[in-house]
Amino acid sequence: MAPLDRERRWRGLDDGPRPSRSTLVALVLAAATLMTLDQSTGDDSPVELLRTGVGEAFAPVESVTSAAVRPFTAVPSWFRAKDELRRDIRELEAENAALREQVATTDFDRNRLAEFDGLTRAAADLGRSLVPARVVGYGPAQSFTRTVTLDAGSEAGLRPDMTVVNDDGLVGRVVRVTQRHATVLLVVDAESTVGGRIGSSMELGFLRGGEDGTLDLELVDQKVVPAQGDTVVTWGSDGAGPYVAGVPVGRVTDVFASVREQSQRAVIEPFVDFSALDVVGVVVPEGTGSDRAVVRADGRIG
Amino acid sequence: MNPTRAAAGLLAVLVALALQVSFFPHLAWQGVVPNLVLLVVVAAALSRDAGYALPLAFVAGVLLDLAPPADHVAGRWALALVLVAWVAARVRPDTRPSTAVVLACVAACSFVGTSVFALTGLLLGEPVGSVPEILGVLGVAVLWDLLLTPFVLPVTMRLLDRMGATGRERAVA
Repeated sequence: MAPLDRERRWRGLDDGPRPSRSTLVALVLAAATLMTLDQSTGDDSPVELLRTGVGEAFAPVESVTSAAVRPFTAVPSWFRAKDELRRDIRELEAENAALREQVATTDFDRNRLAEFDGLTRAAADLGRSLVPARVVGYGPAQSFTRTVTLDAGSEAGLRPDMTVVNDDGLVGRVVRVTQRHATVLLVVDAESTVGGRIGSSMELGFLRGGEDGTLDLELVDQKVVPAQGDTVVTWGSDGAGPYVAGVPVGRVTDVFASVREQSQRAVIEPFVDFSALDVVGVVVPEGTGSDRAVVRADGRIG
Repeated sequence: MNPTRAAAGLLAVLVALALQVSFFPHLAWQGVVPNLVLLVVVAAALSRDAGYALPLAFVAGVLLDLAPPADHVAGRWALALVLVAWVAARVRPDTRPSTAVVLACVAACSFVGTSVFALTGLLLGEPVGSVPEILGVLGVAVLWDLLLTPFVLPVTMRLLDRMGATGRERAVA
């Protein structure tokens, strides 16, 4: 009976000293001190130095872990891929049909297209280059913040407040860099605020992180009612602001009239799937020196 | 406190943190990942020589607070994990606890840890979301931690007990 009994019990729980109450009090006070120090001194606090130090030391571990587990984390996507391919075929067939209808293009359309082409070229000439980077670490939902770690840092030309995008749209902005890594605040974080512009009406507003991975848009002009399906892009400013202008953010899915604040609140579904981030690009000024190949504005790589 | 054992504890915390930040997000449910660091702390508090559990919890919490991509006020996880270690060390009865007791202890610790973290966030004016959201995250977090307990706790406890065990302790083990 005895061995059986021992089998069912967990090992090593019987003797040995227990932590003393004074240790508890000391450590609780230490934690409280740390919080006060970090909360009250802001950006140039000694905690920030500590944070950079830990970042320098631990971020490479995240890179290595992320690289090591990548073959395993890719497995579900193989299974998803088949369904997605089928859906893609359906969508492409529908799109094909729609396009065939448009093939008989009028001259008017062709002229308009030429104008758009010019605009696109102008956009390319704004001088934005992208530093490619991989997401190697995610902040847990238990921490109630939405942040990720990138495997590119100051050596790759990254600075705080730079815009991070991927091929779907706006991802977030860099808040902190170490030599080889950067921490990015995602736009869906509750503390993130982005100037937004409704694509169809050019109305301006502010995008904040909302519930369940959506964004809340509050328009500056309270009389404007955004329509469902409207696309929202960043408002931005060249150079100065943390977010560059014209990056697609998401699509309006719901509109609420907020009686108390007398304004329209729209729920935006972001284009970016924040739970499956992998390769992202950080917008850097033209001519930035980097430790890796930079995607130039004209599509060149180098 | 035994230096070898403390080093083993720290190593376990580092491995747990790396997996928690870089691997489990791929399996996360609504962004909630199993709190492996908390499980290691609980294991330390439940293991034979629990004297180093509180300092280990503090160090683990500070690491969670500072390691990228953390972006909240430092010290919040430190406080939460120190309290977790204390609770786990109190829960540990004098006799060897059964599996059910260990699971209950993990559930309580996971609940206490995440709630203390959320409460300090409320006090410091950090964004933590609405109360229903917090409760949702809490529920999923407790479930995740319970699910991972059979895989993490026995291994970690055995590692911590073996590491730096004196001759007499080894004979007993």
